[in-house]
Amino acid sequence: MKLLLKIWRQKNNDSKGKLVEYPISGIEGDMSFLEMLDVLNQELIEKGEEPVVFDHDCREGICGSCSLQINGEPHGPDRLITTCQLHMRKFNDGDTIVIEPFRATAFPVIKDLMIDRSAFDRIQQAGGYISVNTSGNTVDANAIPVEKDKADASFNAATCIGCGACVAACKNASAMLFTSAKVSQFALLPQGQVEAAERVQNMVRQMDLEGFGNCTNTGACEVECPKGISLENIARMNREYLTASARG
Amino acid sequence: MALSGLFLVFFLGQHATINLSSVISPETFNSWSHFMGYNPVVQYILQPILIAGVIVHFVMGIVLELQNRKARNVRYAQYKGGANAPWVSRNMILTGLVVLAFLGLHFYDFWVPEMAYKYIEANPEDPTRYHHELVEKFLSPARVGIYVVSFVLLALHLWHGFASSFQSMGVNNKYSPAIRNFTRLYAIVVPLIFIFIALYHHFNHTH
Ligand code: HEM
Ligand code: SF4
Ligand code: FES
Repeated sequence: MKLLLKIWRQKNNDSKGKLVEYPISGIEGDMSFLEMLDVLNQELIEKGEEPVVFDHDCREGICGSCSLQINGEPHGPDRLITTCQLHMRKFNDGDTIVIEPFRATAFPVIKDLMIDRSAFDRIQQAGGYISVNTSGNTVDANAIPVEKDKADASFNAATCIGCGACVAACKNASAMLFTSAKVSQFALLPQGQVEAAERVQNMVRQMDLEGFGNCTNTGACEVECPKGISLENIARMNREYLTASARG
Repeated sequence: MALSGLFLVFFLGQHATINLSSVISPETFNSWSHFMGYNPVVQYILQPILIAGVIVHFVMGIVLELQNRKARNVRYAQYKGGANAPWVSRNMILTGLVVLAFLGLHFYDFWVPEMAYKYIEANPEDPTRYHHELVEKFLSPARVGIYVVSFVLLALHLWHGFASSFQSMGVNNKYSPAIRNFTRLYAIVVPLIFIFIALYHHFNHTH
């Protein structure tokens, strides 16, 4: 397969970036999108040029680091997958593929396609935990009974891998889907009740401080999320937030 | 946003009901209009609340839009918005601003003359004037055209906005599909009523 890649190159956060064209050939349909970029980088290295910097780690859809905007969509045209799980057979010979970093003011570019998503870490740190004494007398979580549907909904929320595709897809660069998943996974469990009110308020405050946009319910995040995190989580977070604020 | 939007949706339904009476019975329309125009609760309590509601809604809408633009300081070279979200949901500011422009004209057409008639010129009460004042407004094809286009855009605004306000208030449960159907029906029917009224008076007026 022969392709024309248009890749965002940017030296560092202070410099202005631009799209650079790279024709590439010999791409197999069974290659993953990241393997295709590996092939390109190998060619660039052999030519003595600087390889394209992109984030990746697990290459099996669980770490959430392979954040690429491909032809105008996070993680490319396929659904419920990350970029590392995207196969080149989804493209046709002769295609032009535009590859950009996920764009949000809160996700500054480090270099080329690699972005700094530590804003998500700070949202997590603001309340995405429960306080348990772990010094030798930890109680098994299974000792507390939980209704099956709540346990399932909590587990589903917990499958969020923090990739940032929701922010990247959203026309407002809103982080509501991510934050609501992190709020929901605890809000649905008895262990999460103790800190429920502060949790939602602190996490939402941090989300706003980071400069993410506001949710206008377009639903783009849910469609692009590789883990199928549902908009129900955003409604749940809105509920939690409204009741927490009403109680003061 | 959601509360002010819902309030406006509620008002819109009430407004459509009164206006519809102008097609059915001029007498009913005159008496309802006269009641709305001279009842102190409506005039001094509900009317200011309504105006405040409109202002809160569009000012918040514009602030929201500005914040959201700031949240993405570098634009995408390629952005496929249509791949994951409907057009109406992505263009609320556009449909909203057209409705706002329409409200400007609408205030100029009805509210300003009404205020002048009652409070500046201090004319006596005339419970029969409303119907012919209304009909005269719809003589102009340009005005009728603007009204029709504006209400189509209002329908688009509500198609997304009415259902969206439930999600904003945290309502997403087994009733949500039913709520969505109802809100979308409302989003189409209510603007259609206004369009029908404008066209009816335009074409039924005997010169
Ligand atoms: C009488 C007319 C109007 C009605 C009935 C109405 C109704 C609504 C409703 C129900 C919402 C949803 C709230 C939510 O999602 O939480 C909404 C959102 C919005 N409205 Fe309006 N609106 C009207 C006029 C306007 C005007 C004049 C503007 C001017 C800028 C405007 C701009 C917006 C914006 C920007 C949003 C939020 C975007 C979104 O939720 O996607 N609206 N409106
Ligand atoms: S909610 Fe989905 S898209 Fe957003 S960070 Fe989590 S896994 Fe990624
Ligand atoms: S590299 Fe880990 S999810 Fe893609």
